[in-house]
Amino acid sequence: MSTIARAAEIGYLSCRVCGLVCERANAEGRGCPRCGTELRQRKPASIARAWALLTAGLIFYVPANVLPVMHTQALGDTNGGEDSTIMSGVIEFWQNGSWDIATLIFIASIVIPSTKFIILGLLLIVSRAGGGARLTRDIRLYRLLEIIGYWSMLDVLVVGLVTAVVQFRGVSEAEPRVGILFFGLVVVLTMLATLSFDPRLLWDRRKRA
Amino acid sequence: MWESESGIDAVTKPGFRTYPALIACVSCDTVSERRDLRRGELALCSACGAVLQRARLNIQHLAALSLSSAFLFIVANATPMIGIDLGGRHSETTLWGSVLSLADHITAPLAVIVALAIIVLPAIQISIVCWLSLFALGGRRAPGFNSLMRAWESMHAWSMVEVGMLAILVSYVKMKSLFDVQVGIGVWAMAGLAVLLTAIAHRDVRSLWFELQSDAT
Repeated sequence: MSTIARAAEIGYLSCRVCGLVCERANAEGRGCPRCGTELRQRKPASIARAWALLTAGLIFYVPANVLPVMHTQALGDTNGGEDSTIMSGVIEFWQNGSWDIATLIFIASIVIPSTKFIILGLLLIVSRAGGGARLTRDIRLYRLLEIIGYWSMLDVLVVGLVTAVVQFRGVSEAEPRVGILFFGLVVVLTMLATLSFDPRLLWDRRKRA
Repeated sequence: MWESESGIDAVTKPGFRTYPALIACVSCDTVSERRDLRRGELALCSACGAVLQRARLNIQHLAALSLSSAFLFIVANATPMIGIDLGGRHSETTLWGSVLSLADHITAPLAVIVALAIIVLPAIQISIVCWLSLFALGGRRAPGFNSLMRAWESMHAWSMVEVGMLAILVSYVKMKSLFDVQVGIGVWAMAGLAVLLTAIAHRDVRSLWFELQSDAT
């Protein structure tokens, strides 16, 4: 084809699982003839779902940062041990001279979640307002979200490993704390929010504007 | 076979026309013609630049990578990841051990998520891709092809072996100021697995829909 046409404009849709392009008129809501997935032109209730999941993630992000994620106790601790939060973990690495690991955790645990809230929030506002003057930029931002999404799980896995191995009863012990649960839920909720959002909506609104 | 307005072959079997020769961009919905790529080539969307098709791996590569990752997965899960010594006492953990540690406390729901992300989903994904690629070597669609391809697609975003690898590195540095830390054999298997699973990219598996045509399309 010589001109660029969008599937929705010429009456086609594509299967979200196998990609098969179908004529929309009779296909919407039926099973894909190749793979059996229900055919939809767009992800259902995309914007509402993404907002709901993103808001829930933002609410959980507060206890995730404020509450302790890990408790450590060493021999000779008279105050019952020490609680650490996400941020205090970063600071501890920095003070021990591991500026590289401190930066890595800071990016995975603070920068990436904040970026997800800001970018997805921006895309949701843009797609609703029907502005979309910078489509290429917006689509790149969405692809960035898909790529960085799961790296935030880093701190959760670190807490799991450290608490599993630091188990010298009475001498040195580590236990997970509830903050890391909230943090893990933030990662899952923001990933679900990203997956719920349909980037093609950005382009749909452009035509109407 | 039909001839549509645009000159693209259409098939009308299910009661509506389908266009196996077309591809619609998942990012912007722009329609392009599906191309026969040579090894190593990419097809990009002309409107937004997203990758439409990728031909990095052939079926032999896919099968080889799948079987190797199955082997590495078993080693990574059967051997210790990280161990520490303190005053003559030794402690070590496997991947599963770190899941159990989260399960023991108030963080139990998180143990389920972590178990899925670093053990269960990678295990299922690797099994699926081994099964599919072994049949694909013979030019056939494996039994259960459709449902397995759909399962693979839905799990794709949630498998986090690479993140697990980075977490081991961070844990090592975190504990090294307090303990004598050793990395286990599992770490090397995990590192290899992270590389292989990244190489078995999304679109290489997705291309099986087209390389193994069924009667339906």
